[in-house]
Amino acid sequence: MEMPRHGNGDKPLLEVKEVTLQYKTKESLVTATYKVSFDVYQGDRFVLLGPSGCGKSTMLKGVGGFIAPVAGEMRLRGRAIHGPGPDRMMVFQEFDQLMPWKTVKQNIMFPLISSGRMRAKEAEQQALKYIDKVKLSKFPNAYPHTLSGGMKQRVGIARAMAMEPEILLMDEPFAALDALTRRKMQEELLQLWDDVRFTVLFVTHSIEEALIVGNRILVMSPHPGQVKAELNAHEFDHTSIGSPKMQQLQHRIREMLFADQIEQTEVPRHA
Amino acid sequence: MLEASTVAYPRLTPPVRPELVSSVTDSSEIVQVERPLSTWERITGQASVRRLFLLLVIVVAWEAYARYLDKPLMLPTFTDTAAAFWTELNKPFNFGSDSNLLVKAWTSVSVLVKGYALGVLLAAIMSSLAVTTRIGNDLLSTLTSMFNPLPAIALLPLAMLWFGLGETALVFVLIHAALWPLALNMHSGFLGVSSTLRMCGRNYGLKGLRYVLQILIPAAFPAILTGLKIAWAFAWRTLIAAELVFGISGGSGGLGWFIFINKQELNIPEVFAGLGAVILIGLIIENFVFRYIEEATVKKWGMQH
Repeated sequence: MEMPRHGNGDKPLLEVKEVTLQYKTKESLVTATYKVSFDVYQGDRFVLLGPSGCGKSTMLKGVGGFIAPVAGEMRLRGRAIHGPGPDRMMVFQEFDQLMPWKTVKQNIMFPLISSGRMRAKEAEQQALKYIDKVKLSKFPNAYPHTLSGGMKQRVGIARAMAMEPEILLMDEPFAALDALTRRKMQEELLQLWDDVRFTVLFVTHSIEEALIVGNRILVMSPHPGQVKAELNAHEFDHTSIGSPKMQQLQHRIREMLFADQIEQTEVPRHA
Repeated sequence: MLEASTVAYPRLTPPVRPELVSSVTDSSEIVQVERPLSTWERITGQASVRRLFLLLVIVVAWEAYARYLDKPLMLPTFTDTAAAFWTELNKPFNFGSDSNLLVKAWTSVSVLVKGYALGVLLAAIMSSLAVTTRIGNDLLSTLTSMFNPLPAIALLPLAMLWFGLGETALVFVLIHAALWPLALNMHSGFLGVSSTLRMCGRNYGLKGLRYVLQILIPAAFPAILTGLKIAWAFAWRTLIAAELVFGISGGSGGLGWFIFINKQELNIPEVFAGLGAVILIGLIIENFVFRYIEEATVKKWGMQH
């Protein structure tokens, strides 16, 4: 596979600089990420990888504008991020992200119209185009509750892509799918990327998925989330599963992620 | 310990069996994949048919018991009631004291619709405020806990003092009857909307009224519909009771007044006919209006089965 292209010269599309994110629970204030920095370039399939509790989902919500950083800054095309907006479309893990009162087509048309980007007729054309891209052209008028999990996720992806956002934010979009459907969706996502060349920020806890889907991987450590490494994975896709090179990288990442745990368990012995 | 368990459960090695590959029978060769339902299954499968049958049983039981009792002043027969109903339906369509039953029903329903509509509007405004602002939330919880347990009819004397002996007083009481149960249901429905859908709405850049109208109301529709039904029943009851006690509104009385007057004159079949009309209107609203709304919304969207 090719090296990532930098569409907009060498200037990053999304700049995240030393961002610390905190959220409140009933009992305490949790620091989810601590001084996390990374740059996403146009056309990147940028993966945030880490175990649960490493703040990768919180990081994504921060970029989405749902959580304001306590320190550091996030800039999209040089503009600071304030609040959620349709230039950063989210694809969630949950199947209930679709509005049950709208059909597949209406679900995709809704943000196009409500953001004032298009009129009804134009939005319908756009919706049908992306319904076709995610291979749902047989079901434009179906209601979400009649679709399978994989089909719902496709609608979620089509809805986000139809908006043609600056960056797609995907929060473990395939985690709730069965293994066979997940694999198929990963392949389709890569095909779509080949076709449209969108920019995506992708959160996952699966090392294999990160290597297959991403071209650049941010490995994060937990409690609080900090950057452990930023690695290249543009060489790998489904055909490289089991290849020595990929296994080597998988092993390297696994060691990075589990090194903490070993240190933690060893601490009492030294103390 | 380990040894004992090894003895009790020796480590078995399953035998290696040959692999099997079989071909799938074509579905066209399978004799009966689908069978049309029989006529009997189809008839009994209709809820309306079953309910009509139950109604018929009740009517027959009523008729039989009334004839056995033979006290028309206490319990008139079904046939007498039906005859009284029919006579009332054939009276002239005017707004006099001896007008058609339909006119009386319309008088009641039109007052009801006014009070109900205003109640729904106020409930929507209050619960929208409650879900978007903290002070609105406090206001709604305080007011509902104060007024929801208070029977609407108890406000009628006060309403008549303030607004006089007319429609306005009735509408005021009806608003009170519909507002609180609906506001309570709407608010809890809004709170139950999944955080994913909320984030989707905000991701689209929706705010304020558009956010409430386009995300919260449809997403909370099952709870809102329940609230609408309860509010409707409360309002209808309150109206009939108010008419029974305080009678006339405007030029002609409604159904409650009709029942009250006929009871005074000991026209007991007419009293039953009036009650029948109240029940009938309730059935029509429940089975046609609300059923239709349900089919066109929550059932179609798969939010309710």
